[in-house]
Amino acid sequence: MTAIRAHWLNLSLIALLAGLAALSLIAGRVWVPFEVWFGAGDDPRWLIIAELRLPRTLLGIAIGFALGMCGAALQGYTRNPLADPGVLGVAALAALGAVLTMFIGASAAAIWVLPAGAMIGAIGGVLILMLLAGATSSILTFILAGAILNTVASAGVALALSLAPNPWALNEIVNWLMGSLADRSTDDLQMAVPFIAVGCMLLAGTARALDALTMGETGARSLGINLGMTRLLLALGVGLATGAGVAATGVIGFVGLVTPHLMRPLTGSRPGAILIPSALAGAALVLGADIMVRIIPSPTEVKLGVAMAALGGPFFLALLINLRRRVA
Amino acid sequence: MTTLSAQNLHVHIGGKQVLDGVSLSLSRGQVTVIAGPNGAGKSTLLNCLAGLRAPDTGVVKLEEANLSVIPARRRAQRVGFLPQVPEIAWAVDVRTYVGLGRTPYIGGRGLAEPDRAAVESALEQTGTLVFADRVVTSLSGGERARVLIARALAGQPDWLLADEPFAGLDPGYQLDVAAMFGALAKRGVGVVVTVHDLQMAQRLADRVIVLHGGRVLADDAPAKALTPAILAQVYGIEARSIPGTSDPIIEIIGRTPNRSPSP
Repeated sequence: MTAIRAHWLNLSLIALLAGLAALSLIAGRVWVPFEVWFGAGDDPRWLIIAELRLPRTLLGIAIGFALGMCGAALQGYTRNPLADPGVLGVAALAALGAVLTMFIGASAAAIWVLPAGAMIGAIGGVLILMLLAGATSSILTFILAGAILNTVASAGVALALSLAPNPWALNEIVNWLMGSLADRSTDDLQMAVPFIAVGCMLLAGTARALDALTMGETGARSLGINLGMTRLLLALGVGLATGAGVAATGVIGFVGLVTPHLMRPLTGSRPGAILIPSALAGAALVLGADIMVRIIPSPTEVKLGVAMAALGGPFFLALLINLRRRVA
Repeated sequence: MTTLSAQNLHVHIGGKQVLDGVSLSLSRGQVTVIAGPNGAGKSTLLNCLAGLRAPDTGVVKLEEANLSVIPARRRAQRVGFLPQVPEIAWAVDVRTYVGLGRTPYIGGRGLAEPDRAAVESALEQTGTLVFADRVVTSLSGGERARVLIARALAGQPDWLLADEPFAGLDPGYQLDVAAMFGALAKRGVGVVVTVHDLQMAQRLADRVIVLHGGRVLADDAPAKALTPAILAQVYGIEARSIPGTSDPIIEIIGRTPNRSPSP
């Protein structure tokens, strides 16, 4: 793809994102028309925008950006179109890390404890993944390693739930696990965004290595790529971005899986070229889905994580069928 | 001195002595063929020479510098490598794939003008310009082999090390690839190739190095390195050399009777 086309694609995605962000500020149980935005102060509806919808919108953009980027980077590194923080169990381990801090009651001690638990879980997840998959890094071992991580982490979370000290803690954990942008404050935003930004910058630094990995590990090394450094950047980048995201919103799956596939027809398959478009598309996807769950009529708001899974499940299935057809 | 040399390389893999004291000195402007039976250590030697595997003991030198202390990016600019089983993970077009050969030169901004020129030149030299916009994974084996070489040439290396580049190619494509190697050597590139086909070794090589049991058994011009006695010892085959149109023909008669493997 030419640089000019890449430029236009990114600009179009940013325009789409801006449109969705505006809609996200307007839409919801209470529709807030444009006039209110500029008549700040007097109108009570301004509070809805400033205190509720602005943080929610910005957080949605940040989380979507992080998930889209992580998915594209993991698919590039594993050379596997089915990789994503959710499928490979990284998000589940982040959740386990966060749940453990809730379980032992440490999350109430300070605001940074739960995010730290989530990020440590996520970074550990990527490292374990690389260790389990070993030097072979065949597609199969990676997915199997991911399945193992997912199972173990889910079992850990289930154990924590069944041993929960009181129904209130149980309720808190379950609610948070389902993944949602509802009722997030500027505190959540301030906590998540710096780590997501650092994580995404580290991932952007792997673009050249991911491109070279198109030729496999030996090929990449023969092109002078330092794979040890690539792995380190990837583990820290995915760990920080996914961990901070999960800490703020719970588990929102499938974004990282889906967006690289949506972008590939537009960008070409070169992994480094997909990183930024996939991140922008991820932000648009999360924001769009979050607007949807707000305006779908239902007694209580549908959880975003549940809605994404409902969208992503069929997509994953279609992907598998398509892959099987190509391999067969 | 424009040489790539190895001094007393030893490599153990899984308790097996794969390289057992290999020393050699290669020159640019020549095609050197590394021959030997399966498991003789050809690929391991090539990986050591490319700086992709550190020998347990011994050193590889690119000119006067120890290859292991040359920064990876600088090394990659000078030594091109074609792996035995080339991987093409994504369905990128030929031009993009060949562009990966510029990886050691580019920064964060992607391909610059000189990089593009090098890619076009590599496409032209290998006759792959005509299908430069096609997707690599849709090409035939013969087309793909030329794209792989184009990828290596895009990096404008002083050395090209290729691990069994003829595997799976029909005779026509084999000759095309051999001709490309010959042309590169004429331009001053040092070409080092592992080959199984003795006739191809004979035709292609300026010099043949025969490995056997991790040691250099012969290192000479093709006619002197691929003698019936050496072939019998290394491959366990009975062969004779008969005059051919351009090169002598190695006629393989059969397995050596009462063959006992002699490492």
